[in-house]
Amino acid sequence: MGAPLIGARIERKEDYRFLTGAGQYTDDVVLPGQTHAVFVRSPHAHAKIRSIRKDEALKKPGVLALFTGEDLAAAKVGGLPCGWLITDVNGQPMKEPAHPCLAQGKVRYVGDHVAVVIAETLEEAHEAAEAVHVDYEVLPSVVDTASASSKGAPQLHENAPDNTCYVWAIGDKSVVDKAFAGAAHVTRLDLVNNRLIPNAVEPRAATGAYSRADQSYTLYVSNQNPHVERLLMTAFVLSLPEHKVRVVAPDVGGGFGSKIYIYAEDVVVTWAAKQINRPVKWTAERSESFVSDAHGRDHVTVAEMAMDKDGKFLAMRVHTTANVGAYLSTFASCVPTILYATLLAGQYTTPVIYCEVKAVFSNTTPVDAYRGAGRPEATYVVERLVETAAREMKLDPAEIRRRNFIRSFPYQTPVALCYDTGDYEATLDGALKLADVAGYAARKKASEAKGRLRGLGYAAYIEACGIAPSAVAGSLGARAGLFEAGEVRVHPTGSVTVFTGSHSHGQGHETTFAQVVADRLGIGIESVDIVHGDTSKVLFGMGTYGSRSIAVGGTAIVKALDKIIAKGKKIAAHLLEASESDIEYDRGVFKVSGTDKQKMFGEVAFAAYVPHNYPHDKLEPGLNENAFYDPANFTFPAGTYVCEVEIDPDTGKVSVERFTAVDDFGKIINPMIVDGQVHGGLTQGIGQALTEGCIYDKDSGQLLTGSFMDYSIPRADDVPSFKVDTRETPCTHNPLGVKGCGEAGAIGAPAAMMNAITDALGVKDVPMPATPQTVWRALQNKKAA
Amino acid sequence: MHAFKYHRASSANEAASIVARNGEARFLAGGQSLVQMMKLRFVSPSDLVDLGSIKDLAGIKADGSGVTIGAMTRHAEVAGSAEVRKAIPALAALAGTIGDRQVRNMGTLGGAIAHADPAADYPAAVLGLGATIHTNKRKIAADDFFKGMMETALQPGELITSVSFPVPKRAAYMKFKNQASRFAIVGVFVADTAGGVRVAVTGAGPCVFRSKELEAALSKSFTAQAAAGVKVSDKGLNKDLHASPEYRAHLITVMAKRAVQSIA
Amino acid sequence: MGVKVSMTVNGKKLSSDVEERTLLVTLIREHLRLTGTHVGCDTAQCGACTVHMNGNAVKSCSMLAMQAEGADILTIEGVAAPDGTLHPMQAAFKENHGLQCGFCTPGMVMNAIDFAKRHPVAGEQEVREGLEGNLCRCTGYHNIVKSIVAGSKAMAAGK
Repeated sequence: MGAPLIGARIERKEDYRFLTGAGQYTDDVVLPGQTHAVFVRSPHAHAKIRSIRKDEALKKPGVLALFTGEDLAAAKVGGLPCGWLITDVNGQPMKEPAHPCLAQGKVRYVGDHVAVVIAETLEEAHEAAEAVHVDYEVLPSVVDTASASSKGAPQLHENAPDNTCYVWAIGDKSVVDKAFAGAAHVTRLDLVNNRLIPNAVEPRAATGAYSRADQSYTLYVSNQNPHVERLLMTAFVLSLPEHKVRVVAPDVGGGFGSKIYIYAEDVVVTWAAKQINRPVKWTAERSESFVSDAHGRDHVTVAEMAMDKDGKFLAMRVHTTANVGAYLSTFASCVPTILYATLLAGQYTTPVIYCEVKAVFSNTTPVDAYRGAGRPEATYVVERLVETAAREMKLDPAEIRRRNFIRSFPYQTPVALCYDTGDYEATLDGALKLADVAGYAARKKASEAKGRLRGLGYAAYIEACGIAPSAVAGSLGARAGLFEAGEVRVHPTGSVTVFTGSHSHGQGHETTFAQVVADRLGIGIESVDIVHGDTSKVLFGMGTYGSRSIAVGGTAIVKALDKIIAKGKKIAAHLLEASESDIEYDRGVFKVSGTDKQKMFGEVAFAAYVPHNYPHDKLEPGLNENAFYDPANFTFPAGTYVCEVEIDPDTGKVSVERFTAVDDFGKIINPMIVDGQVHGGLTQGIGQALTEGCIYDKDSGQLLTGSFMDYSIPRADDVPSFKVDTRETPCTHNPLGVKGCGEAGAIGAPAAMMNAITDALGVKDVPMPATPQTVWRALQNKKAA
Repeated sequence: MHAFKYHRASSANEAASIVARNGEARFLAGGQSLVQMMKLRFVSPSDLVDLGSIKDLAGIKADGSGVTIGAMTRHAEVAGSAEVRKAIPALAALAGTIGDRQVRNMGTLGGAIAHADPAADYPAAVLGLGATIHTNKRKIAADDFFKGMMETALQPGELITSVSFPVPKRAAYMKFKNQASRFAIVGVFVADTAGGVRVAVTGAGPCVFRSKELEAALSKSFTAQAAAGVKVSDKGLNKDLHASPEYRAHLITVMAKRAVQSIA
Repeated sequence: MGVKVSMTVNGKKLSSDVEERTLLVTLIREHLRLTGTHVGCDTAQCGACTVHMNGNAVKSCSMLAMQAEGADILTIEGVAAPDGTLHPMQAAFKENHGLQCGFCTPGMVMNAIDFAKRHPVAGEQEVREGLEGNLCRCTGYHNIVKSIVAGSKAMAAGK
C-alpha cells in the first residue's frame, strides 16, 4: 500500500457531516413522545428551603410532573459520588458531604437544583417552573477562596467543619525549610489562579428514556465518557442493573473537562423518564451552563523558590487553597492535589519540594477538571516563579531554565512522578528561534516609538498525560481503573470497524484512530471506521480527558490489532501451507518469508468468515479482537511557549502580538490535528490570562459573570495567528510512542502571557485576567508608587 | 419567552394605534435587543407590533445639508450606504461597528435609539451630530430625546419614523469595547458642526450625554492635544465589573483625543 | 394562539403553523427538523444559529419566525450542491482543519459565505473582525481564519 499514514496530514473523516449540518448532537435527537424538563434553580447562594408550593405549577397547561428533593429521597435516589478519595495530612479521609441531585432542605449555590418541572413543551415547562413557589430562608454565604475556611465564615456542610474538605501535603517540609534557610536567594509570589467557566459551545444536554417492555433505560447525554457515566449512575446513584442502561454520547460539541462528570440533570431525566413513562429532554440554556457546568481552577497560592547564587534551584515551597465549590464534583478532589502538586518539579531538577493544599467548600458552583486540570495551575506557579527569579537575579530567563533542566532520563522527581523521556533544551531552543527572540529588542523599540509597552514572556511547561496506571491511581485514591478498551472488528470483506472507549468531541479520533489502524494493517483508511460514544456498541471505556485518548485508547486498539495480525498469521499459515513462524505481515500482505507465497489481508478475513478451508481444530472462525490497556506510566508532553504582548498604556489593552509554541508530544499521528489542538488550547490559556474572569458578588454570592455579556471567552480578534512546531522524543512505554496533545496549550499559555505582561509593565505581578482596567490600574499604581 | 399577540402593521399609523390602545404592547423593529430580552424573560409584552413590512419606514435620503434615515433602516445599510459615507463618513463608520455583522443585518436605527441602551452606539451619533428625531407625532431634537437609563422622550404609542442628521464639517467616533459584550465601555462621538463643537459620550453614564468640558476645550482648539488636556469628572459615571467611574472618565478623554486625532 | 408563517427554506416554499413566540431557529430546528443550525447561547453572541435571510447572515435565535415571513432562508443544509459536493467555503474549512467539534461550524460557514461575498479579497485582520459575531471554543480561530481566507478566494475564483 501507499505512504505511511501515521504522521500524515490527512483531512478529517468526520468533517463532511459537521460541514453539512448532519452532525447529531444530543439536542438534535428527538425521541417519540418526548417531554421537556426545566429545572427550578436556587436564586440564592445559601438558603434553607422552608417549603415548596407545587399546586399552582401543577395546574399550568401541559404539565406532566413536578419533582423535588423529597420525591428523590422517597425513591431512594442517591447523591452524586466523588470518584477520588484524598486522604488528609492526618490520615483521615476527605470530607464528603452529600451531593443531592435535587436539594434536600438547603441550597448551597446560585443555580443549585431545587425542583424539576416536566411538561409537553419547553415553553410550558418554563411557565410552570416560574409558578413553583419556593420559600427560602436566606443564609449568609461565602464565595471567596481565601476566606472560605476562616473563623466565622458561614458553614456549608455540618460534616465539613471550617468548610474544609481536606488538607493534603506532599514532600518533606522540614527538609524543604532547611534548604530555604541556606538559600542565596528566595523568590516569592502570591498568586491567584482565576476561576474559569468552561463554556463548550454546545450546552450540556440530556434526554432520558425508559422502556417498560424490557425495563431498560437509554440516556442521550453530551458527555466525554459514557461508560463512566453509566457506571456511576447505576452503581452509586440509581442502583440500576448496569446492563439495563444504555448511555449514548453522540456528537458532542466540545467538552474541555466540563462533560466528564455525572450531573444532577443526567440523573433526574433518567429517573423521571420511568416515572412518567415518556422520554424527558433537558438542554441547558447558556445562562444555566454558566451556573451549573463545573467550573475550573480557583486557587490562591503562596509560592516560593529557593536558589543558590548561580540561580540553581534548591527547593520549592507552595501553599495552595483550592476552592471546590459547594459540593464535590466527580473528580474535584484529585485536581488540586494529584494533578497539581505532582507537576511542581516542572522541567527542572529542583531536588526538594513541599506542597500543602487546603481544599475548601464555598457557596459557588462546584469546581472540577477544566482543560489542563491542575497542570495549568502547577505550570503557572513554577513558570511565574522561574521567570520572576530570573528577573530578580538578573539572569536571562532562558539561561536560568537551562541551568536547571533535567537532562537524564528516566528522572524521578521529588513529587512522585518518574519522567520517562524528554529534551527540554530542544523545545526551548526551537521556541527561541521560531519566535525570533533575537529580533525582540528591535520590535520593542518600534513599540516604544508608538507609545506602546512591549513585553516578552516564556513558559516551559510539563504535563502528565495518559492517565493512568490504575494501580498507581488506585494507591493515590482513585475509585476507578484508568485503562482503556478497544475492539477491532474485521468484516468478511476486509473492511474494519473499530470500537473505542475513548470519546471524540472535537479531537478527530475518527480520523487519527483510523490512521493508526489503516497504517498498522496496511489497508486503505477509507476501509476503517471508528465507533465511539455508545455503551451498547462499545465494550467498555474510561473516556476522554487528560489528553489520554491516543496514548491509552490508541494503545488499546494497537493491542487488539496485534491480536488480529497474530490470528491472521495462523489463518494465512494454514492457507499457505506454511509454518506460522514463517509468516510475516507487511502492509496488508501475509507472506511466507523468503518466498513469493502470500495472502492479502482481505483474503484472510474472508477465510475467517467463510471457513471452508480452515484450521478448525486450532482456531475459531471470525476475525474480531478486543484489548484492554492499562498504561505502565504517565506520558510527559513538554514544551516551551514564547509570548510577546504590546500594551496600550492609555487604555490598558493588551494585544498578543506573537505567540510561539514548540511542543514535544512524542510521535505524532496527524500533524494537522495536533496543530489544531495546540491552537485551541493556547486560546483557552490566553483567555484565562486576558479575558476570562469569573466573579461572584462577595455579599450576595451571585455570579456576576453569568453570561457572555460579562464573561468573555476569546473571539477571533483577541488572538493572533500562532507559530507552532514540534520536537519528538517518543514515549518509551507505549507502542506508538505517543504522549498526548489536547491540553498543552491551556497549560503553558497563561504563564507565558503573564510573564510577558509583567515584563511589559515592569511589575512583579498582575492578577489574571489582565483586563484593560486591571492593566490600566497596575500602571496607575506604578506611577503613584 | 412568554406568549404575546403578534401584529404585522402595514403603516406607521396603524402600528402606533395598536400600541396606543394597549399599554403592554411594544413595537418590534429589528428585534436585536427586544427579542433577546423576551427570551430571557426580562420583558413580556402583551402584544408585538412588527414594523418590518412598513415600506416607507426604511431608506436613506441625502442632500447637501443632511442625511435622513428611515427608522427601519438596518445598520448594515447605513454602514454600506455610499450616500452616508460621502455625507457623514463618521456615521457610516459608527453603524459599521454596532454589534456584529449578523446583528447589523437585522438591527435598525429606530430600534436602537428607542431602546436607548446606555452603551449603544447610535445615540452617540444622534446626540453628537445634533440630529432630529421624527416621530409619527412630532420632531424631537436630539438634545431633548435621551432622558435617562433606557428612557427617552417618546410617549406611549409614539413611533420613530426617521432621523435627520445634519452634515458636520468633520466628525469621528471612537469606542472602547467591553471585551465580553462588545458594547461600548466608552464611546465618544466628536463633531465639528455649524453650531459649534459637540461631543457625545455613550457607555459611560446612564444614557448618552454631552461632555461640556471636552466641547469647551475643542471649541478653543480642535486638536488632539486639547482633548488630551481635559480631565473629565467621574461623577455620576457608570460602575460595573468592567470599568470603574474613574477608568471610564479617563477613557472618555482618551477616546475623544483619538477621535479628534483621526480627523484633525 | 397559532399563526401561519410562510417562507422559502433552502429553495423549498413552505408554510407552517406556529405559536407567535416561535423563534426562527425553533422553526428551523424543531418544526423543519433541520438540526444543523445550532443554539449555543441566549444572548446572541455565539453565532451558532447563523442562517441567511434574503442573502444576509442573521442570527436565527434573535428573531421571531414571523419576522421571516415571505423571506428566502438558507440554512447549512442548503449550502452544498444537490449532488453533495461541498460549497467552496465548506471545502476550505475541511482542507484547512477549520473545525473541531463541529458545533459552531454551521454558523461559522454561513457567516463566512456572506462575509466572502462582500469581502472577496479579505486579509486575516478583516476576517477576524468579521467573526465578531461567532464564538468557537475549539480551534483558537487560527484555522477558521485560514479557511475563510482560502474559501473567499475560491468563491471569488468560481464566479
